[in-house]
Amino acid sequence: MSERLRVAIIGPGNIGTDLMYKVLKSPQLELCMMAGVVPDSEGLRRAADLGIATTAEGLGPILERRDIPLVFDATGAKAHLAHAPLLRKAGKIVIDLTPAAVGPYVVPAVNMGDNFDSPNINLVTCGGQATIPIVAAVSQAAPVAYAEIVATISSRSAGPGTRQNIDEFTKTTARALEVVGKAGKGKAIIILNPAEPPILMRNTIYCETTDPADPDAVRASVDRMVEVVRSYVPGYRLRVPPIIDGTLVTVMIEVQGQGDFLPEYSGNLDIITAAAVGVAERLAERIITKKGVVDHG
Amino acid sequence: MANRSIRIVDTTLRDGMHSIAHQFSPAEMTTIAAAMDEAGVDTIEVSHGDGLGGSSIQYGRSRASDQEYLQAVAPVLKHTKLAILILPGVGIREDLHMAAGEGVKVARVATHVTEADIAEQHIGLAKKMDMEVLSFLMMAHLAPVEEMVHNAKLMEGFGADGVYVVDSSGYMLPDEVRERVTALRQALKCQVGFHAHNNLGLAVGNTLAAIEAGAHLVDGSLRSMGGGGGNAPTETLVAVLTRAKIDTGIDLYKIMDAAKFLDAIKTSQKADPDAVLMLGYAGVYSSFLLHAARAAERFDLSPREVLVELGRRRVVGGQEDMIIDVAHELASRVAAR
Repeated sequence: MSERLRVAIIGPGNIGTDLMYKVLKSPQLELCMMAGVVPDSEGLRRAADLGIATTAEGLGPILERRDIPLVFDATGAKAHLAHAPLLRKAGKIVIDLTPAAVGPYVVPAVNMGDNFDSPNINLVTCGGQATIPIVAAVSQAAPVAYAEIVATISSRSAGPGTRQNIDEFTKTTARALEVVGKAGKGKAIIILNPAEPPILMRNTIYCETTDPADPDAVRASVDRMVEVVRSYVPGYRLRVPPIIDGTLVTVMIEVQGQGDFLPEYSGNLDIITAAAVGVAERLAERIITKKGVVDHG
Repeated sequence: MANRSIRIVDTTLRDGMHSIAHQFSPAEMTTIAAAMDEAGVDTIEVSHGDGLGGSSIQYGRSRASDQEYLQAVAPVLKHTKLAILILPGVGIREDLHMAAGEGVKVARVATHVTEADIAEQHIGLAKKMDMEVLSFLMMAHLAPVEEMVHNAKLMEGFGADGVYVVDSSGYMLPDEVRERVTALRQALKCQVGFHAHNNLGLAVGNTLAAIEAGAHLVDGSLRSMGGGGGNAPTETLVAVLTRAKIDTGIDLYKIMDAAKFLDAIKTSQKADPDAVLMLGYAGVYSSFLLHAARAAERFDLSPREVLVELGRRRVVGGQEDMIIDVAHELASRVAAR
């Protein structure tokens, strides 16, 4: 077995806890610490029960661990803005799951290759991870002048971090539709739905192309992209295949979670934690190769 | 309840936008706003039908931007206060900054009845900019009374000066309105409001019930313009409340004259009365009306079956994309048979 990359998580909320279970399943990552600020939080307790070192002192104890090169930040946008310079000074690579957008936006299915050397990788938002691949796929078939997405998630899967960061969600997602999805202009809307039983995360993507798109090219490009995303998010699927009305392309996506921690309806958490692990595993391959200790067996 | 006064917020230039697919021209807004100012309306709300930032493919693009509408209206208001609507998740704090810069004094901040905590940032910012904040709990009928009260208290705690029971589907019966308004009156120190929709023909009656139960604020719109079957007609409310010896500060004849401008302007397609009724009966968000009619036509379904299915799924405000989703699914089922 090859050497594993040592990682830590800060933020033991819904996202951090789901991420923990995914990291534990990864053959390339070793979870060395879980950090939070509330001593009796459920996430820290779960980590401790699994034998993982925990701290309620926030980021400090992780910064002192020189043997941990990679940190996942699953707190909130405001907290990450405070964490980012400290992590950088400590020489750590950080995968940022908040909408703070300190580092470049990365959507594994679209632009992983461009951002291997960044010390801070931002995963946009859950809605961004779900919708940007589709915008990028349409862009590959026909230039997209305007992309608008509507992400609807169940109320139960929206923790306080999402709720207090709702503007950051819309702004970050909109910007990343432009930067990563290659839309001329982006707009994002988020809706929380409290229906019981909880709904699966669903996303509607509207793309206005500069000229009427070739329907076959759009459909083929979207189908290919859905398969790429499914390689790291198994519950990602087309709900309504591209409806093409002149220059308007409408696609609907549903995301069912893998149920690692929270129930399957939390596809919005699953897609961002799955993307985080996908990025970390690719980084692990490179970092360990650089150190020359990769196991070629 | 005689010899009381009540504050009417007129939403012709916001909720009324739904009746005409958000196509008022700024010049039309100027004319109507000036007439309402002249009639003595306390507060008027101006925005895209889905609030600031609502202009979109999802909800329909407005003819002009929110800022252009506000600039068209603000200069002609001598006494009337200018309000906007914002739905966190759709509009952002930058939109509130813009509105404050254009002279908006009242921010109506709306969330689904169970989701008040997404409004903390927006209410906080509006208060910081010295705006009055009136919060909306939309689709109030979908939550048990205690849960609605819990969310109302959150909004009050964030700084709201008033909290509205919003009957977004025009679904409530007068007793249900009374129960909810009474619950908020008992639980809150701030003012309580009621926003009606007329899908079951109860908008004026429900508004009266809300006033009887102690509401301080009620909404109306000229000629009942608004999502679905529209709101309580402001001119009718003024007549009814005048007869009930409740002071609105609005001159009846002048508000009737203001309403006439709508007759001259209107370009709107006539709403399908069956679909309007079904919104109220099935408890579906009123703004879905025109979208459901379009989707039904596209997928060769009746608007009624689309609306009933949307109600069954407890779809919430803003989920206009679900209309296409549901219509697509219903049509696929038909095709499979």
